[in-house]
Amino acid sequence: MNISTLAVLIIAFLAGIGGVVDEWEVHQPIIACTLVGLALGHPLVGVTLGASLQLITLGWMNIGTVVGPDPALAAVVTAWWVAGPAQLPVALGVILALPLAWVGQWITRGMRQVVVPVVNRADRAAAAGDLHRITRLQLLCTGLQGLRTLLPAALLMVVPASWLQTGYQALPTGLQGGFRVAAGMLVVVSFALVINTMATHQLWPFFFLGFALATDQHLSLIALGMIGVGLAVLYLGWHGNSGSGSTSGGATPPSTTDDDLDRELDDL
Amino acid sequence: MTTTKRPTTLTLGDQLRIFGRSGLEQAAWNYPRLQNLGFCYIMIPAIQRLYADRTDRAAAATRHLTSFNTMPYMQSLITGVTLSLEEQRANGQAISDDEINAVKVGMMGSLAGVADPVWWGTWRPILSAFAASLALSGLGILGPIVFFVGWNVVRLGFRWWAQRWGYRRGVQIVEDLSHGILQKLTLGASIVGMFIMGALVPRWTRISLKPVLVTGRHGTYALQALLDQLLPGLLPLVLTLGCVWLIRRHVKPFWLLLGVLGLSILGYWWGLFQ
Repeated sequence: MNISTLAVLIIAFLAGIGGVVDEWEVHQPIIACTLVGLALGHPLVGVTLGASLQLITLGWMNIGTVVGPDPALAAVVTAWWVAGPAQLPVALGVILALPLAWVGQWITRGMRQVVVPVVNRADRAAAAGDLHRITRLQLLCTGLQGLRTLLPAALLMVVPASWLQTGYQALPTGLQGGFRVAAGMLVVVSFALVINTMATHQLWPFFFLGFALATDQHLSLIALGMIGVGLAVLYLGWHGNSGSGSTSGGATPPSTTDDDLDRELDDL
Repeated sequence: MTTTKRPTTLTLGDQLRIFGRSGLEQAAWNYPRLQNLGFCYIMIPAIQRLYADRTDRAAAATRHLTSFNTMPYMQSLITGVTLSLEEQRANGQAISDDEINAVKVGMMGSLAGVADPVWWGTWRPILSAFAASLALSGLGILGPIVFFVGWNVVRLGFRWWAQRWGYRRGVQIVEDLSHGILQKLTLGASIVGMFIMGALVPRWTRISLKPVLVTGRHGTYALQALLDQLLPGLLPLVLTLGCVWLIRRHVKPFWLLLGVLGLSILGYWWGLFQ
């Protein structure tokens, strides 16, 4: 095994942990694909795939007890296929990420059952007052989460590059073009998922304001962000002053945020 | 419980160790009891400091292995409050297992309901979309760096601040939070989030219609150019709103992804998209 393959496997391990603990976010495609690209000596290919994939995965989230599609496995394996020896096009990598994310989601769910015996051991360790053992069991679970991505990634990395190339060449040109179109269009699903977590009747006007202003290409994303923050501050100030006293800000929103969460839990 | 002469308090080192452990909370996520082992794991430096006796340690570890689940970053605030309760208990105050558990359970649901839309629904999509747009507009590796640094500085800063604040204020936090401050913050974040999402829809969706209309002697018009004169980004807008509508009708995201994929392939095949 050469050094860059080893590096990719380490990245897969870290992404596997990241996807479950949701802390350092190295499993997000924009990071994971870039790292795999760096390891394989094609950082720019990795960044391009990562950024394209990021726009599609940005609406995927683990909320409450619900597991979202898994970006970790999808990012690492597609980056290997696009920046590695197979050299598949970025658009195809984006499409292949979808079934991989689905597989990763099922493995993540399965892992939540697999660790149950470990957690039961922690009960016994606690009863015995053995605190170090509890720490070790938690770290064991962390390792298992790393393997959650490392093992399937290693399995898929064994697929010879020539097979992938032949498979790609065998695709009808109509399908290749369709995948290219889809890579640009799939982002709407993520946008819709994110909008769905926030949207209430009082917030829709802000969506359309953002949409209308963004069509002016002179405004950068930072400028648009400033306008958005400005609007939020103005709205909150106005909302607070026109209400019935100091607690007016909290009068209606609590119910809407609860509704939002309920809706997410129902829908995802 | 025996009262020691000198009150036992958590050192700054203990708090830092707990802060360090909080980043692995969800690693042992399991279905019946969710983040229970994770929370217990975080509390261990405190248990070691506060309880010298083995039976007290066993009792403390067991009480933190009950079901627990919240948004992981909000857990720092709950951890802080729990630390202050444990410290009071270790110094002889009559605080029962049930009371400690009630505080944890009482905070976890409402805090998660506020934090999930802000962190996962607003801040991560916006920051990652911004980073992706930097990367795709030719700045390359700067995009991932902006995302990694931006996300983790805010996350670690928030976690440390929340843990300290919870530890200092104790159960009074519940009173502090009852004035709707969190709700106001959530509303503000959601406004920015909706605004930016509105901006991202036309900027980052790539749909281009192929058909060319022939209109009399003035020459030809591309359908896409015609639509752009009406409103740039009209098709992405229609598609996005359609997806929101379907999500509200309980269509799973995965089917939406497949649907858009099918639409793209068929559309290309029919010569509708290019």
